[in-house]
Amino acid sequence: MTRLHIDWTACDGRGLCAELLPELLAEDDWGFPIARDGSPSPAVPGPLEPAAQRAVDRCPALALRLLRDTR
Amino acid sequence: MTVFAEAHTGAVQRRLLADGDHGPLPTPDAAQLVGMARDAGLTGRGGSGFPLWRKLNAVIASGRPPVIIANGAEGEPASGKDKALLAYQPHLVLDGLQLVARAARASTAHLYVPRPSALRAVLAARRDPIPVTLVAAPDAFVSGEESAVASAVAGRGAVPADKLTRLPDTGTLVQNVETLAHLAMIARYGAGWFRAAGTYDEPGTFLATVSGAVAAPGVLEAGYGVTLGSLIAAAGGPAGALSAVLVGGYHGAWVPADPELPISRAALAPFGASPGAGVVMALPSGACGLTENARIAGCLAGQSAGQCGPCVNGLPRLAATLADLAAFRSRPGLPAEVDRLTRLVTGRGACRHPDGTARLIASAMRAFSADVAAHLSGRCLATSGRFLTTEARA
Repeated sequence: MTRLHIDWTACDGRGLCAELLPELLAEDDWGFPIARDGSPSPAVPGPLEPAAQRAVDRCPALALRLLRDTR
Repeated sequence: MTVFAEAHTGAVQRRLLADGDHGPLPTPDAAQLVGMARDAGLTGRGGSGFPLWRKLNAVIASGRPPVIIANGAEGEPASGKDKALLAYQPHLVLDGLQLVARAARASTAHLYVPRPSALRAVLAARRDPIPVTLVAAPDAFVSGEESAVASAVAGRGAVPADKLTRLPDTGTLVQNVETLAHLAMIARYGAGWFRAAGTYDEPGTFLATVSGAVAAPGVLEAGYGVTLGSLIAAAGGPAGALSAVLVGGYHGAWVPADPELPISRAALAPFGASPGAGVVMALPSGACGLTENARIAGCLAGQSAGQCGPCVNGLPRLAATLADLAAFRSRPGLPAEVDRLTRLVTGRGACRHPDGTARLIASAMRAFSADVAAHLSGRCLATSGRFLTTEARA
């Protein structure tokens, strides 16, 4: 399963990810991404992987990563 | 044959804090040391409670150059046990550090403490086969967090790092100084001896820092499962009636001041609490729990490393909301807002500082629910305006 990892030490709350991946992410009170399912590293369903990859590539703080769990 | 001569439950006793010299240190190999730690059931005494043998095994198996660190940072304001241990029995800590460094085939080891100068003479008087480097720990809450410790020893800032891989898998072992002292005792007296204290599921003793409304605050040692009443009695007894007790630390939880309550993971779990780093802080019934909770929340908000947005923004918002509650500046939906904010910050940081802070606040809202209702209607149930403002650090 693929998960979206947020490096909170890098994230500036610029908000691009929530715009590119609204199915998974919203913005919190301060503009930082928050997973709609409430999990720290939300699961990325297969059909959303291209959009998630785009969010990873375009994050200006390079704070996002896709983790592919082999379990 | 009476292997378990002592009662198989928690009682106040002195092992680490016993006087005297424990004699020469055995030299078990890596497999023997991991086996002894596993059989003893030794878990981390810094707050996480993670089994030492698993971390040590992961470090050995990582194949990476080992970085071995004894962590005595003790950023927890209500804890003084690591400082006390390093003052009374520094050799046990250094023995334990040698044991794990040897098992991991490290060529050096590190001791990370707030005041390294106090230990320079102690180190110089030993003839350790593996040299130990002293590293100064900044006086900050998060400076003792595992990845912050590794970062500080590597010469970067003592702030938590993003966790894509677990630290032991990179060859870095960070163990609390008390955990290492227990390991030095286990190497000498065996796993069976260690397990004769504490409970079956949570063996051994732990150091407790008892503070607040007790006659003789200080650092004590007891087996897991010791009752709250026994610990408080050993600290001179309660100084008046108690309304609640903070256990675990500032990342811990408020529990009822029930003398029969055992200090063990199993018994504290229903309160969202754990023994953590052994902090026990008694709140007198004259003091307002909400005021104390707001003070601690303010302290924790100020101790954010400033890296992660939800922590930087969320903790001060939480602290301000709790200060409003404590000062009767009530507004509709205030408790629900506290609940929402605690959920909002949880799991959203490089370290567990927001999670621990949220857990403490949630426990306060439960433990002081009657006070919350009174404060919302402009009254306070506490009989006086005295606050707990003393810290445990002696």
